Amino acid sequence: MQPESAMTPALEVTVLVSIGRHPLTGRVRRADQDARGVELARSLADAEVRLLHAGECNESSEAALRGYLGMGFSELALIEQPEGADVLPALSEALDATSPHLVITGERAERGEGSGLLPYLLAERLGWPLVSGLAAVESVEDGMATLLQALPRGQRRRLKIRLPAIVTVDDAAPTPRQSAYGPARRGTLETSAGEVCNDDEWATWQVQPARPRPKRLKIVKAASARDRFKAAAAKAEGTGGQVLTDVTPTQGAEAILTLLRDEEVLR
Amino acid sequence: MLDILLPILIFSALALAAIGAVRRIRLWRQGRPSPVPVLRGLAAVPRRYLVDLHHVVARDKVMSNTHVATAGGFVAAMGLAIVVHGLGLAEGVLGWLLLAASATMFAGSLFVAQRRRNPPARLSKGPWMRLPKSLMAFSLGIFVVTLPAVGVLPADAGGWLVALVLAAVVAWGLAELVFGMTWGGPMKHAFAGALHLAFHRRPERFSDKRGGEGRSTGLKALDLEDDQAPLGVETPADFTWNQLLGFDACVQCGRCEAVCPAFAAGQPLNPKKLIQDMVVGMAGGSDAHYAGSPYPSPERGDKPVGEHHGTPHGPIVAREGTALVDAETLWSCTTCRACVEECPMMIEHVDAIVDMRRHLTLEEGATPGKGAEVIDNLIATDNPGGFDPGGRLNWAADLDLPLMADVERAEVLLWLGDGVFDMRNQRTLRALIKVLRAADVDFAVLGNEERDSGDVARRLGDEATFQSLARRNIATLSRYRFESIVTCDPHSFHVLKNEYGALYPQGQDADYPVWHHSTFINQLIESGRLPLAPGQAQRVTYHDPCYLGRYNGEYEAPRAVLRALGVELVEMQRSGYRSRCCGGGGGAPITDVPGKQRIPDMRMGDVRETQAEQVVVGCPQCTAMLEGVVPPAGNEATAVKDIAEMVAAALDNTPPATPASHDAAASQATEEVLS
Ligand code: SF4
Ligand code: SF4
Repeated sequence: MQPESAMTPALEVTVLVSIGRHPLTGRVRRADQDARGVELARSLADAEVRLLHAGECNESSEAALRGYLGMGFSELALIEQPEGADVLPALSEALDATSPHLVITGERAERGEGSGLLPYLLAERLGWPLVSGLAAVESVEDGMATLLQALPRGQRRRLKIRLPAIVTVDDAAPTPRQSAYGPARRGTLETSAGEVCNDDEWATWQVQPARPRPKRLKIVKAASARDRFKAAAAKAEGTGGQVLTDVTPTQGAEAILTLLRDEEVLR
Repeated sequence: MLDILLPILIFSALALAAIGAVRRIRLWRQGRPSPVPVLRGLAAVPRRYLVDLHHVVARDKVMSNTHVATAGGFVAAMGLAIVVHGLGLAEGVLGWLLLAASATMFAGSLFVAQRRRNPPARLSKGPWMRLPKSLMAFSLGIFVVTLPAVGVLPADAGGWLVALVLAAVVAWGLAELVFGMTWGGPMKHAFAGALHLAFHRRPERFSDKRGGEGRSTGLKALDLEDDQAPLGVETPADFTWNQLLGFDACVQCGRCEAVCPAFAAGQPLNPKKLIQDMVVGMAGGSDAHYAGSPYPSPERGDKPVGEHHGTPHGPIVAREGTALVDAETLWSCTTCRACVEECPMMIEHVDAIVDMRRHLTLEEGATPGKGAEVIDNLIATDNPGGFDPGGRLNWAADLDLPLMADVERAEVLLWLGDGVFDMRNQRTLRALIKVLRAADVDFAVLGNEERDSGDVARRLGDEATFQSLARRNIATLSRYRFESIVTCDPHSFHVLKNEYGALYPQGQDADYPVWHHSTFINQLIESGRLPLAPGQAQRVTYHDPCYLGRYNGEYEAPRAVLRALGVELVEMQRSGYRSRCCGGGGGAPITDVPGKQRIPDMRMGDVRETQAEQVVVGCPQCTAMLEGVVPPAGNEATAVKDIAEMVAAALDNTPPATPASHDAAASQATEEVLS
């Protein structure tokens, strides 16, 4: 299925995919952001794309994972993990072993903790750079990738990074293609056992459905349609803040720490 | 001299025809297997031809008589010619009969020639233009060579030159009419057509001796058991062999083209061309020889022929570039069945289109437009709009509808359909409930247990989602006791009535009748259960929904209801079985293939022609499509009313729709807020 090229060594891409959850009905599905990651990977020329999932293997997770196979894959690597396990060690071990050039994944999972920390922890463990909120991969040449990162309000930032790297995608990435039923059910899940690391803390957690918080109304006092439009389209104006350029990592880290203290995020 | 030449000519034509037949049959047999009762099928051909096929042909009186004379004359003349000239048995009446048969055929061929002088656009030209001449050559040639056989002329009249000319004329006729039949000439339709009648994939669609109306409109279920089998039709050889045979039977009469709403709207679909493309694919080659109207193209006027080509085992729709047919052609169809209804050769266009769509959706994930989103919604929320399935009854919060889950049995199960999420259709539903309550009908609804019927998923080719929805709906239905299902959505109606049956678990049956609300209301009126105050002196016209009319043959009940209401009913030019689609079926609004104009606009044009004040419909899709039409400048918008709304407005001593007082509930609510 994957395009192959005998001339240039193929770009090896691994997409980390998770089990999604429909926001209204809670039914399992392919996770939206991960599916966008798969779509991004499929659009890369000369890429050899692998799908990787670490988690439980049961009927409902299989149904969700097959959703990714339906995007045109014949197999998906599944590292079996018990419910509630911390998949980080298993994933980093697998990535270490296969050493892809690029790892793509969604910003955060739709189930479980969904903290969005996994890509960062993985990058830390593997010692790879990480770029978040990717919109497109523009080109890959000589081990350097040119990426387009999505910023708020449709802005884009071009970045160059050295591979291997981890990138995450959010809703700015291309809409995933339709998952076709035939390939989805014919594809195979290549199951393997991975290192299991039980998450003891998670086991003690109590999970309950979130109560939707009422939205705070933005009161706009506008006399005319033009004013209302301007108010709706206005940029959120940041106040204060500073742009630091040409500073050492330590200075940068200190500035961030100070800010977090000021905002009482850290005490 | 002729008595030596003629037998040679006749028997070599028959031999060539036999060789051609074997080759042609081999082409059909490339298709997938589909078991048929061979002898019973062949035995049924005369009846199917004389009753069912003729029923369609007879809609065009002149053409029907022409065909009877020409075809009847030919069959008789050919049979007799074999005896008289082939075997040299001219004694007695045989020769005279042959003269009569060929004369009849000649008369018929004059009419064929007449029609070909200024052929309507729907007819194919090319080789078809020479057909009247060939018919004349055959009939005239046989007539003249038979004259000496009955003794009118001396056996050697005219000498050898005339004999040679006559032999040549007869040879021409035989070439076109006998072996042309199996070697792919215009007369192929006779050979393939007869066998198609015998081995039709839907034998149920033919009437039987007891006069059954013979209707078979439900799509055939796709077998999803074998998970390695490729799904749907990717190549011409993926059709069943009798579908291929059916395509080969097409006479290119263009009746389908003339009624196709997508073709009229300038969308890239022409059912006749589509069938011809399948024939091209089955034999291999390009469409360059096609001599009828091409597919319209909004950008280029027409799609030129000769650009597309196919092979029996090559793809019909290319993933990139062009193959036999473009995907947009398949997605333009509204599945309105107008083409199938008109086709004298009983070809099943809609089956073929959905078969090919199944491949595109299930194997390639290539449903265009909003298709993928709608299918994802159906999978995740059981309704195409992606609404919360727990909110199916929100619109009826004040109506206190009895739930099946509470009452467990009721006379009528009211199937609400996905219109529950649509504000326009909610008005229809409220009207229908008002009517049912006025007639004291014991009904209940499934509420949040109801799911989309699967109609849209199935027409978009997603058989897997359809079957999943259908099976779960069936499981829900079989938990409750009711005498019949009533629905105001003809699509749900059709699916529940005609398509769920095949999916019931073994040993279980759909043992309840399903009624469209117009039929049910008509029953209520006829049995005197509905007190009506007639006299809405209005001029209305009625639009037949495809899925109620052509799919289920219900043309009469809605009209009977309107008569009972005392309104003046004016018919549109295209109504009843020829009703023109509103453009809302088959997922067409979802795939949204551009054309030169929109189908609902054309239909509202039909409505305006009648100068009716209102158009009455019986389908939420039709309501939405027709109401969405912006009237041309200077025209007032024509009101679109569901038949339930018409009846509700005419109810005598209108009882309140809510048994529990609406006001009481409302004031309670205000108090709570105040305290
Ligand atoms: S498909 Fe049927 S209606 Fe259409 S041209 Fe062929 S024979 Fe005529
Ligand atoms: S079903 Fe209707 S839209 Fe589709 S090809 Fe036939 S006539 Fe045209």
